Amino acid sequence: MGIPLTLLLLIALPFVASLAIAAAGARARIWHSGIAALASALGLILLVTLAPSVLAGQIPAASIAWVPALGLDLSLMVDPLGLMFAGLILGIGLLVVIFGHFYLASGEATGRFFASLMLFQGAMLGIVISGNVLLLLIFWELTSLSSFLLIGFWRHKAEARQGARMALAITGGGGLLLIAGVVMLGLTVGSFDLPTILASGDIVRASPLYPAILILILLGCFTKSAQFPFHFWLPHAMAAPTPVSAYLHSATMVKAGVFLIARFWPVLSGTDLYTVIVTGVGLVTMTFGAWVALFRYDLKGILAYSTISQLGLLVMLLGFSLEAAAAVAVLHILNHAAFKAALFMSAGIVDHETGTRDIRRLGGLAKVMPVTATLATIAAGAMAGLPPLGGFISKELMLGETLEVGLFGLPWLVPVVATIAATLSVAYSLRFALFLFFGKARDPEPHARAHDPGVGMWWPAALLVVIAVLLGLIPGLIAGSLVASVSAAVVGGEAPYIGLYLWHGINPALGMSVLAVAIGALILWRYAPILRRYEAVRHLDAKAVFERILLMANRGARRTTMAIHAPSLQRMLLMVVAVVVLFAIEAMGAGGSFTGPREGIAASPVAILAWALLIAATGAVLHAQRQRFRALIYISVIGLVISLAFVHFSAPDLALTQISVEVVTILLLLLALNLLPKTPPVLSSTKRRVRDGVIATLGGTAIGAAAWAMLTREPNDPISQFHLANSYSGGGGTNVVNVTLVDFRAFDTLGEIIVLGIAGLAIYALLSTTSRGHAADRLRTWQEDMPHSPESHPVMFVMATRILLPLTLTAGIFIFLRGHNQPGGGFIAALVVAIAFMLQYLASGYDWTTARRRFSEHTLIAFGVLVAMATGLGALLFGANFLASAFDYFTLPLVGEFELATAMLFDIGVFAVVLGAIMLALAQLSHIAKRAARAHAARVESAEGARDPEEDGL
Amino acid sequence: MTLEFLVASAIGVLVAGGIYLTLRARLFAVVLGLTLFSYAVNLFLFASGRLVVGAPPIWSYDVDSYTDPLPQALVLTAIVITFGMTAFVVILALRSFLETGSDHVDGHDVPTDDQAGGGE
Repeated sequence: MGIPLTLLLLIALPFVASLAIAAAGARARIWHSGIAALASALGLILLVTLAPSVLAGQIPAASIAWVPALGLDLSLMVDPLGLMFAGLILGIGLLVVIFGHFYLASGEATGRFFASLMLFQGAMLGIVISGNVLLLLIFWELTSLSSFLLIGFWRHKAEARQGARMALAITGGGGLLLIAGVVMLGLTVGSFDLPTILASGDIVRASPLYPAILILILLGCFTKSAQFPFHFWLPHAMAAPTPVSAYLHSATMVKAGVFLIARFWPVLSGTDLYTVIVTGVGLVTMTFGAWVALFRYDLKGILAYSTISQLGLLVMLLGFSLEAAAAVAVLHILNHAAFKAALFMSAGIVDHETGTRDIRRLGGLAKVMPVTATLATIAAGAMAGLPPLGGFISKELMLGETLEVGLFGLPWLVPVVATIAATLSVAYSLRFALFLFFGKARDPEPHARAHDPGVGMWWPAALLVVIAVLLGLIPGLIAGSLVASVSAAVVGGEAPYIGLYLWHGINPALGMSVLAVAIGALILWRYAPILRRYEAVRHLDAKAVFERILLMANRGARRTTMAIHAPSLQRMLLMVVAVVVLFAIEAMGAGGSFTGPREGIAASPVAILAWALLIAATGAVLHAQRQRFRALIYISVIGLVISLAFVHFSAPDLALTQISVEVVTILLLLLALNLLPKTPPVLSSTKRRVRDGVIATLGGTAIGAAAWAMLTREPNDPISQFHLANSYSGGGGTNVVNVTLVDFRAFDTLGEIIVLGIAGLAIYALLSTTSRGHAADRLRTWQEDMPHSPESHPVMFVMATRILLPLTLTAGIFIFLRGHNQPGGGFIAALVVAIAFMLQYLASGYDWTTARRRFSEHTLIAFGVLVAMATGLGALLFGANFLASAFDYFTLPLVGEFELATAMLFDIGVFAVVLGAIMLALAQLSHIAKRAARAHAARVESAEGARDPEEDGL
Repeated sequence: MTLEFLVASAIGVLVAGGIYLTLRARLFAVVLGLTLFSYAVNLFLFASGRLVVGAPPIWSYDVDSYTDPLPQALVLTAIVITFGMTAFVVILALRSFLETGSDHVDGHDVPTDDQAGGGE
C-alpha cells in the first residue's frame, strides 16, 4: 500500500467508523463499540507500519489540492511528534472504547456515544497529522464541536449541558483567536504549508506582527489546554461520562494546546516575550491547579485539577525555550497519558461500583476492591513522582531544568515555585490513593455492594499502569528512541540529550524531589487543619463569573438588536427607503449631468397609450387597495402592459414568461384572498398617509431618475457579446436567452430552481400545518362572505377546459422543444402546463382533479433538481466542467434532421421544478380553502336541519 | 417623448406605489406593494440592457444586430423567482392571519371586516 493511501485511510477510518456507527442505529451495543474498536485497532496497525520509517528519519506525507487559491490543501504528514500523539490518540482510544463498552449502563444511547467518540478521534488525529495549518484549524474546530457532544452526552443533566456549553464557549472562543493567529502566521511566512512554516522561524520572529501572532496562537492553546485563567471549563467538563474524561480530558484533547505549542516551538520560541508568557502561565497553572486539587471532594474534580496542574507543567517546560526542557516535556506527555488515563478509569470503576465519587464518603476500599486499589495506587505514585515509576524520572528532570531558567532576572523564582507545585502534587496524589483505598470506611452505605469489576473493565487501566511502571524501570528501552526522535522533531534539529534512567546521582534536583515528597507527606499528616483553613476563605466561583458574563453578553446583544431592528415592519421599511433616498441625494450632489448623451427612441402613440394605462392602473391599485378584489384586477393590467413592453423591446421570451406568470400569480392571490378579509377599514391617520405619500414620491423619483440616467447613457463594454458569438457554435441553439439559461449561466439557473423548489416546499409546510392550533379553529369557523354562483362547476366551463387540457399540454411540449432555438423553453413551458392543470382545478373542483392527478408535486420538484444536477455531474464524467453541455444532430425517418443537446435534459429539470413548485402552492392553497368551505357548508346544513326537523323525513 | 422617458417614469411610478403600499400596515397591501416593486425591479434590470426595438436575441446567419441577451436571461429567472417570492409572502400572510386573527403586519389587534372576530 502506498504512503499517500495509508495516510488517507488513517484519517478516514475514524470518520467512516463514526458514520457506520450512526448508521447501525439501535442495534446491540457490541455493534457500536465493536466498530469503534475495530477502527481504532486498524488505525493503530496502519500507524505501526509507518513507525519504522518515521523513527528512521523519514516523514511520510500526502497532499491533495483542496482550495489552492486559499493555500488550503488536504495535506497530511506523520513526523515523530505526530506519530507519538497519533499513537496516544489511537492506543488510548482503543482502551477507552473497551472500557466504555463495559462502563455505560444498559439502555444508554451507545450508538450516539461511540459515533461522537469516533468523530472526536478523527478530529484529534487530524490535528496531529495535518501538514497544512489551515487544515489543522478545521480539525481543531471539529474537536471543540465533538467534545461539546461528548461532554453533554447525558443531555438530561443540567450540569452536563452547562459544562458542555462552557467548554464550547472557552475552547471555541480560543479557536477563533487561534484562526486569526495562524492566518497571520501563514501570511507572514507566505505559505500555509506546515514544513515551510517550521523552517521560517527567523522570518516570523523578526516580523513586526510576531507579538500579535504569538499571543493569539498562545490564547488558542491556553484555552484548549485549560491554562490559568481559562482553566475553569475543565472541572465542569467532568460532567461527561468517565470514558470521555479519560480520553478527552487527560490524554488527548487538553493536550492539543500542548501539542500546538510544541509544534510551533521552532517558529515561536526563543524570545523573551515567549519565555515570560509561556513559562509564567505554565508555572502559575501548575501551582494553582495542584493547590485546588488538594481540596476537592469529587474524585474526578481532583483529577481535573491535577490535570490542569500537569498541563501547566508541560506548558512551563516548553516555555523555557531550552531544547532539553522540550525533550523532558515529550517524556512527561507519555508518562502523564499513561498514569492519568489509568486514574480516570479507576475513578470510573469506583463510581460504577459504589455509586459515589465523593472522597469524604469513601475509604478503605482496598479491602473490597484489591485490584482497583493496586492499579490506582501505583498510578497515583507515578503522578506523585515516586521512584521507581515513570513519573519520578520526568519530575526529576523537570526540576533539574528549572535551575537553568531565570524569570524576571530572579534565578531562584522558577525552581522554588516548581518545588512548591511538586510538593502539592505529592500531597494530592497521596491523598487520592490513601483516603480512597486505605484507612477505615467513612460511610458504610457505598461499601455494601462494592467489589472489583469484571476483567473487561480493569484490564485497560492495568495495561496503562504496566506502561507507567516500565517507563520508570526501563525507560531507555521502551521509549528512548521515540523520545529522542520526537524531541528532535519538536526542536527542529538534533535530539537533545536527557538522562533516561532512575538514578542521576546526588544533585540539586534529587534534593528538591526529596523535599517535595517529605513536605507533601507532612501536609497529608496535618490535612484536617489545613482543609479547615482553606474552607474558611471564600473562593471566587469561576462558573458564576462566566454565567454572569454570558448573561451580560446576551442582554447586550438583545439591546443592540432591538435598537437596529425595530419590531415594526413599516418602521424598518421606512429606514431602508430613507437610506436609498439619501444615496440618491448624495449622488446628485456629486454633480455631473443628469441626462446622458445616448439618443432616445421616439415613442409611438400606442406606446404612450400603454404607458398611460400602466400609470392609471397603478393609481387605481392605490386608490382601491382596500377593495382588494378590484385592486387585483388593476394589478393584472400592469402585468399585461409590462408583457407588451417586453414584446416591443425585443424580448419575446420575457413577454411569454411575464404573461403566464401573471395568470398564475393572480390566481394564487385570488385563492388566498378568498380566506383573507376583503375590505378592511382604514387603519392609518391622514397625517401618516400624507407622510408615507411624500416618502413614496421621493423614493419613486430617486429610482426613476436612476433609471433615466442609465437609459440615456451607452452601456459599458458588455460581456454579452460573448453570449451572442458563442450561442450557436458553442451552445447549439439560436435562442441566446435560452442558451444562456441552460448553458452559459446554467449554474445560476440551477440555484434558482432550487430556491423555487424550496419556496414551494416552504409553502407546503406553512399550509399543511394549518390543521392544528389557532389556524385550525379559524378555518373551522370560517364564514362564506362572497356571493357564490349556484352552479359550482358550470358545464360549459368544465367541458371547455377538458378539451383544452390535451391541447395546452401539446402547446407546452411544443414551447419546450423549440425553446433552444426559438422563444420558449423549460420555464415558459412549465408555466403553460401549470395553467392547464389549474384550469382543471377551477372548473372541475379540487376533489375531481386531485383524484385524477397522477404525479406528486414533491416528487416532481425532487426529480427536477436531481435531473438538473445529474446533467451537470454527467459533464464531469466526460472531463468537462460542471454543467458544460454537448449537442449533436440526428436524422430520423419522417421527422428529418433534429438536434439533441444535454442542455435540454437540464431544461427538463427546470420544467419539472417550476411545475412542481407552482402546483404545490396552488393545490395546497385550494385544499385548505376547500376544507374551510366544507366546514362552512356543514355548519349551514346542521343549522337548517335544527330549524326545520320535519323536513329530514322527506 | 422618448421610450426611455416612458420606461424610466413607469419605473418611478411603480416604485412610488410599491413604497406607499408596503408602508401600509395591512398584510394584503404589503403583498400588493411587493408585487408593484417586483415589476419595477424587473423592468429596471431589463432596462440595463437598454431599449432596443425589433432586434430580438435569436441568432441567425444573416442578422448582425441584436439586443443584449444577458439581462433578458437574468430577468426571465427573476420573473419566475418573483412568483416564488410573492407566493411565499402571500401564504405567509395568510398563515399569519389564520394564526393571529389579525391582518396587521406586526400581528396587532386591529379591526377587520369579517368573520375573524375583529368586529366592524
